[in-house]
Amino acid sequence: MSENKNGEIKKMMIILSKGTLENVYAAFVLANGARMEGIEAELFFTFFGLEALHKKKLEHLHVATVGNPAMHMPTMLGGLPGMEALATHMMKKEMEKIDMPDILEFLEILSASGVKLWACKLAMDMFHYKKEDLYEGVDDVITVGDFYKQSAGEGVHMLFV
Amino acid sequence: MEKTIAGKIVNVNEEGYLTDFNQWNEEVGSTIAAEASITLSPRHWEVLKYLQNEHKSQQALSIRRVGKSGVVDIKEFYQLFPVAPLKTATKIAGIPKPASCI
Repeated sequence: MSENKNGEIKKMMIILSKGTLENVYAAFVLANGARMEGIEAELFFTFFGLEALHKKKLEHLHVATVGNPAMHMPTMLGGLPGMEALATHMMKKEMEKIDMPDILEFLEILSASGVKLWACKLAMDMFHYKKEDLYEGVDDVITVGDFYKQSAGEGVHMLFV
Repeated sequence: MEKTIAGKIVNVNEEGYLTDFNQWNEEVGSTIAAEASITLSPRHWEVLKYLQNEHKSQQALSIRRVGKSGVVDIKEFYQLFPVAPLKTATKIAGIPKPASCI
């Protein structure tokens, strides 16, 4: 029955639950990287992760400056007005240097690469979002049960960001 | 290591990429493509020539760059080389595998 003797990864199911720039990029790079290796990939956007799909919000995502020790910035300083915007601006500049696309372009790359983009129904209801509010490349609004069904099969791995 | 591809002895690395582009010719490319179950069409060749030119001018290749090339968009690139397009296409083109995450 098992043809997948080497434990090869066939499909990555990635759940994005956060809307901070660094988490969104992590999920997108992992999904795109999977496709580049010939691995299928699907993204499930839930809770704040939905912001990365929301047409009006996806271009305004920020890096977290508070509660992020790796920023090497005192928490109180990170909480000052404009700090997040400044840190985000700096990070975006660095990203452009390494040929990292912005969120909208990245969604287009993912979509063109065959990554399935799913929006979580529960989170959509909670934030009062409609499908029209989302990036048009979204495949559908689905339940967690639907997402599990999508995940059936050998060599499928699931990742929560 | 040495490998015979299309009746020609060529040097390849452990992943099967040619280590010397001068040993590449179209038959070698077609044979590597056949190993990946791809029959090369004129459209494939346009993309392969583009990749070779980019390599010649020492451009680091990425999916994003290919998509912006005007030669092929990302969707078609995946249609032409369905499994791992950048890896597969560079192998067929006889150029090194790009070390790109995007």
